[in-house]
Amino acid sequence: MSQISRFAFDRRSLLGAAASLLAAPALVRAQAKALKIAVLLPRSGLYAQAGQSCHRGALAAPKVLADLGYAVELVHVDVESNADTARTAAEKAINEGANCIVGAFDSGLTLAIAQVCEQRQVPLVINIAAAPQITEQGYKYLVRNFQTGGQLVTNGLRLIKEISAATKVDFKSAVFVHANDTFGTAQRGAMDAIFPKADMPFQIAESISYDPRAQDLSAEVTKMRGINPDLVMVVTRAGDAIKLVRDMVRQRFEPKAIISPGSPGLYDEEFYQALGPLADGMIFNLPWANPKSPVTQALEASFKVANPNNRFAVDSFNAGFTLEALMIAADAFKRAGTTNGPTLMEAVRATKIDQHVMIGGPIAFDAKGQNTAIGTAVVQNQKQTPVVVYPADVAAGAPALPLASWQGRK
Amino acid sequence: MTLPLVLEVLIQGMLTGLIYGLMALGLSVIFGVVRVVNFAHGEFAVVGMYGAFILFTTLKIDPFIAMAPLAALFFVVGYGLQRSLVVHFIRRPDHEQFILLVGLAIVMVNGLLMIFGPDARHVDLPYSYDSWMLGPVLVDKVRAYAALAALGVAGALFAFFRYTQTGLAIRACADNLTGAAVVGLDIDKLYALTFGIGLACVGAAGALLVSIADVTPMLAPAFTLLAFTIVIIGGLGSMGGALLGGLVIGVAEALASIIIAPSMKTMVSFGLLVVILALRPQGLMGKRAA
Repeated sequence: MSQISRFAFDRRSLLGAAASLLAAPALVRAQAKALKIAVLLPRSGLYAQAGQSCHRGALAAPKVLADLGYAVELVHVDVESNADTARTAAEKAINEGANCIVGAFDSGLTLAIAQVCEQRQVPLVINIAAAPQITEQGYKYLVRNFQTGGQLVTNGLRLIKEISAATKVDFKSAVFVHANDTFGTAQRGAMDAIFPKADMPFQIAESISYDPRAQDLSAEVTKMRGINPDLVMVVTRAGDAIKLVRDMVRQRFEPKAIISPGSPGLYDEEFYQALGPLADGMIFNLPWANPKSPVTQALEASFKVANPNNRFAVDSFNAGFTLEALMIAADAFKRAGTTNGPTLMEAVRATKIDQHVMIGGPIAFDAKGQNTAIGTAVVQNQKQTPVVVYPADVAAGAPALPLASWQGRK
Repeated sequence: MTLPLVLEVLIQGMLTGLIYGLMALGLSVIFGVVRVVNFAHGEFAVVGMYGAFILFTTLKIDPFIAMAPLAALFFVVGYGLQRSLVVHFIRRPDHEQFILLVGLAIVMVNGLLMIFGPDARHVDLPYSYDSWMLGPVLVDKVRAYAALAALGVAGALFAFFRYTQTGLAIRACADNLTGAAVVGLDIDKLYALTFGIGLACVGAAGALLVSIADVTPMLAPAFTLLAFTIVIIGGLGSMGGALLGGLVIGVAEALASIIIAPSMKTMVSFGLLVVILALRPQGLMGKRAA
């Protein structure tokens, strides 16, 4: 009997020891001192410009986060603007010990990563991605600190109306031009749904979709010239925005304004480098960095050290949202005290950060994981630098409308 | 849309198509004679674009002038590539040729990414934004120059193959390889010359392309696919077919962009490819297989 008892005791001990050994890595991970975050961005391929810009924000982030008392370890991964690569990279990053993922600038890439995070119960904090479906599909392991396409368009249209009134430049007709990628198509859907209810003082004569990989957009511009609208509303990326403006100049097409109701492209360094003075006057209604925030000032200082060859003014949108995403993850880890996925995700959802980079209220998420308090500003390219021109309380310059002629620009 | 605007789009399509045609011409020439499909064709075109970009940014040489030295350089590269590498694969199975050239293409794209990075580069010519008004029709000056240059290069190539001893010898190789060998033609040398000529076309086309489009390494696979589409529509191995194929693609895409939607351009060109393959597998100007 005693032998049996001793055997039973020994067997339990053995099982316990084995279980402890097996659980040890997970326990070590759960009690890690720093949160290991994989930053997945499209640093090459179609979205490389924006991906690199976000990456520069991620490079500047550790100093800012450390000063705020957050401990993070960043792993930078290029997802090559390819959804399959993004999915594989997310799997690999989690297998290699990432506790959280931040990314991925583009909606298509983000959706690919979201599926992996959901399966593996690892939080995904979205820095930039606007497709509405991301927070409409019931994912439990993601939050988005960025406006949805609908919010971008709603705010973008409202500000077009306001800037038109403020400058006394009337628009009687408009053309909506958009890339036919995930983001552009989502924006088109949002525009179709929101514009009729927005009580705008002009009509959209035509919506023109184009392939962002096209070598030129001359036919698209010719089509616009045929309509001759006062306003061209664009949803672009940097590469195609350059082609669009070049073909407008070549074809001597001069609308009263070119305004993006919430898209990248018009403020990328590549855009300024390629077009020089022709880049001036473009307007984009977007969430933007608040220059008066101490966190923005800290980010700008760190950015200059980490990226001495780049301008913070140009990168502030991408860098700001990327820092905020990292801050959300780091803050949740600090509160949760563990890297355990479900617990960390609970903490992420309970986020409330008052001091941050972008214009708007405190960072917090609704039941779907969406931050609904992000503000929007009217930003205009002036002397090849993005300048906030509206609303007045955050403006650093005055809006200049109508668009100056292409001829004689210096 | 008014008639002048439709005419404008058509002219733009034709001009762009001629430049694409020149790029595809190199592919057609190489296949027509050497019977090797250059799967790194688009990559060479992109290298040509970067070559013109470097000459412009460092020495301020206009791409329309740079196309001559670039074509010469690409001829030497093509000749050397054929003599050193491709020659060993000419009599090997098609899939081995395919893997060799696809491998070369991947090396080239990644090499370009390492050297130039993913950012788009462009050449800002003093007349980049100029255009002519021909009555109510507006014509892009740079595109017109590039198309004329493409026609000039293609014309010179036609003359070379028709009126020179070497050109006639190369055509003899293409028409009857055994006969050419029997009469004592140096087949390996003629193959190398052909490969060089094919790449010279690509080098010249690259210089012209950079005047109308930005260059990034990731452009290369799209150019390879475009060149294939053009030569299959025009007729693989037919020089005239390559130019015609370029024109057809250029015009079809331009018309699709105004009649259907600009984002449907690519779909239309591939739809055209499917129709041509179904109705005339040898292409518009290709010879039917015996």
